[in-house]
Amino acid sequence: MNNDIVLSMRGISKVFPGVNALQDVDFTLCKGEIHALMGENGAGKSTLVKVLTGVYQKDSGSISVDGSNEISIKSPQEAQSLGISTVYQEITLCPNLTVAENMFIGRGKYHFVNWRDQEKKANEILKKLNIPTTAKRQLGTCSLAVQQMVAIARAVDMECKILILDEPTSSLNENEVELLFSLMRDLKKRNVGIVFITHFLEQVYAICDRITVLRNGELIGEYEVKELPRVELISKMIGKKFEGISELKNTKNKQINQNAPIVYEASGLSSTGGIKPFDFKIHKGEINGFTGLLGSGRSESVRAIFGADRVLGGKVKLNGKQVKITKPRDAMENGIGYLPEDRKLDGIIADLSVRENIILALQVLKGFFRPFSKKEAESFAKKYIKLLGIRTASADTPIKSLSGGNQQKAILARWLLTNPKYLILDEPTRGIDVGTKFEIQKLVLALAEQGRSITFISSEIDEMLNTCSRIIVMRDRKIVGEMRGEEMTQSNIMHTIAGEAK
Amino acid sequence: MYKLLRKISNSQLIIPIFALFLLVIFNLIRDPAFFSISVIRNNYGNMVLSGNIVSILNGASELAVLAIAMTMVTSATKGQDISVGALAAIAGSIFVKILRTNVISVQVILIAFIAACIVAILFALFTGALVSFFNIQPMIASLILFTAGRPIAYWINGGATPNVKNPLLTYVGSFIPGISIPTPIIIVIIFGIIVSLILRFTNLGLYTQAVGINEKAAGLNGINTVKIKLLTFMILGICAAIAGSINVCRIGLINHETILIDIEMDAILAVAIGGNSLGGGKFKLAGSVFGAYIIQALTITLYAMKIPSTAVKAYKAIIIIAIVVLGSPVVQRYALQFRNRILGKKTIIVEETN
Repeated sequence: MNNDIVLSMRGISKVFPGVNALQDVDFTLCKGEIHALMGENGAGKSTLVKVLTGVYQKDSGSISVDGSNEISIKSPQEAQSLGISTVYQEITLCPNLTVAENMFIGRGKYHFVNWRDQEKKANEILKKLNIPTTAKRQLGTCSLAVQQMVAIARAVDMECKILILDEPTSSLNENEVELLFSLMRDLKKRNVGIVFITHFLEQVYAICDRITVLRNGELIGEYEVKELPRVELISKMIGKKFEGISELKNTKNKQINQNAPIVYEASGLSSTGGIKPFDFKIHKGEINGFTGLLGSGRSESVRAIFGADRVLGGKVKLNGKQVKITKPRDAMENGIGYLPEDRKLDGIIADLSVRENIILALQVLKGFFRPFSKKEAESFAKKYIKLLGIRTASADTPIKSLSGGNQQKAILARWLLTNPKYLILDEPTRGIDVGTKFEIQKLVLALAEQGRSITFISSEIDEMLNTCSRIIVMRDRKIVGEMRGEEMTQSNIMHTIAGEAK
Repeated sequence: MYKLLRKISNSQLIIPIFALFLLVIFNLIRDPAFFSISVIRNNYGNMVLSGNIVSILNGASELAVLAIAMTMVTSATKGQDISVGALAAIAGSIFVKILRTNVISVQVILIAFIAACIVAILFALFTGALVSFFNIQPMIASLILFTAGRPIAYWINGGATPNVKNPLLTYVGSFIPGISIPTPIIIVIIFGIIVSLILRFTNLGLYTQAVGINEKAAGLNGINTVKIKLLTFMILGICAAIAGSINVCRIGLINHETILIDIEMDAILAVAIGGNSLGGGKFKLAGSVFGAYIIQALTITLYAMKIPSTAVKAYKAIIIIAIVVLGSPVVQRYALQFRNRILGKKTIIVEETN
């Protein structure tokens, strides 16, 4: 067994000014295993990976690769020459070059390139790894999953022994994830040790052999996947037995009051987002969900409701009164809030402070000529930082230096501050840690309790089952099913998404 | 003291302050008399301030005004308008045209200035429309006016380089009787106050920065991004009109070929020296204004060193390289490490999370 160890890290510590990022952490990776590195945001996963890849220097501890003596890794190049390759969440290739060029760029030992050779070699590798693309194709025209796989192919071809996948699946849909998994299994057979970092629990249980859990920079333990049930994994990650889960489950049985007034009603709504005209309504205090695969139109429908894409047609009634919503401003003035799917691209204003990010929507509603005084803004920010438990050094900190979950909370605060009657949350739990995920779900339930209507979208059906009292299923940009109460089961939803009669 | 030191070293103004500090030291060593300010009697019999510092503050007036505009446009559109000089030439030509067709009085000067503003705003909005509706890079969009602007100015006054001579105009361009500070300096101060009041009592700053940092997110928060971009171009038009009018009053004539020539590059440089990103987003107007004065101080210093005017640009370039390198992220990082070693490390490096 010992001969199988490809990487062993012992007693790794790393201190940043004021923070113990890693304290005495051990990590062991065997040949041909897929090893999940789990932990909440800020647990030290990234730091550990960065120490391993030479981005950071460890303060103490030892690393040995492939049975060698203790080594120190001083730069990413050095890591690469040791056979350690990393594929990051954001694809770091050049989309305007071809697949082959991307695979070989910056690797030649010579100044001249034999294009034909390179192309042939690239095609061989692609075929060997079953990656559905060709060497000559421009990378940008391939799907995200294929781009991700090309990045992996590039890493693998560099004779890597250790492959680190840092959240490779967060922008992939289910089919693409499956493709990626088959590639991972293939590599596993070739004796590559894979470190897999993800926020998706199902994926860990679907593909991993062992799990190492970190919390607050400390090692919590190393476990066989088979011996660690999910609930236990979560409690190890967040450090307490999580009481919230059962609390959340109960709400499934809660029936919405059909007599409650209809807050929002649309008929024949369509937009430039490419959604087929659809009807939709939501009652006071109701939580409904849109589900479907990526690209099924679930995000496009809520964008049409908010006026985020240009609205092409349809009638909208708010509290029974006909209104016109063609742009976000209209929606906001009518008490609708929208937390967009892509936090980084559509949500945060990265360089502005947490305070400015929180007050932004309310400030826009108040008007161009009536800015909040610094004192007012500060008190709003303070209130919500406390209410939602946003972890930030101060309200003046640029939002970009917060962790993903805390950024999301700040955006949530932005909309809560406008006191919306109807709040649309598109993937509020994506890419954030488990603890915050539950917090947000609980908050959603509490908001509905207060009489707000909420649309909640999540790629994790479990989360929707926990929170929603009605789920709308979409496929090919139209609504194909609606279920409530007892009909809402995982398999029912899956079947509707897949388009099979049960 | 400790707190002040930390605050200063944290501020983006550190680079311009440092550059200015070096210039001052250099001049002190070279010739302490450089900083002397004297009161002299000018051609019109007024007692006025004179000296290098006065000429720096006075001479940088047009640049300071244009640097403010350039900062706003840069922030909102993530690019630069290179047509401000040409725009000022157009505005100045309109100003002269109206002055020459009327008997000059205070009212006529005001009307001429307002007309110059309106025309400059219209031209700036043309560029602005290309940028905000058609998503054309600001530099490319303004290239049109950069090329066509001075010929248009030529056409306005029929190809001549007409002069306008009137005591009232010298009041604007140099001194008002009884006031010993050059009028352009006073105009810049008043304009600066107006701009800071606008920033204080409207959301111009917040919206502009939001649009520049993340246009999509700004739009989803109900900000009309097109309007905000157009607004910054309108401000640019007004600033160009102010700069053009001051310059006409200062010189007493307009030469469409040479008025404020190459000032767009100095304006962009002022933005950069002020520690503002040319990639848009967050800005500090004070930095850009500071930058404008540093550029002028540099020019005056070089002239005081009797460097031939043809060579001044080369010397300027060398010093600019130094300032830009000092302000670069690489040097800044070293400076930060150095500072932390001296002031003690209290900043927490937030780990980038996935």
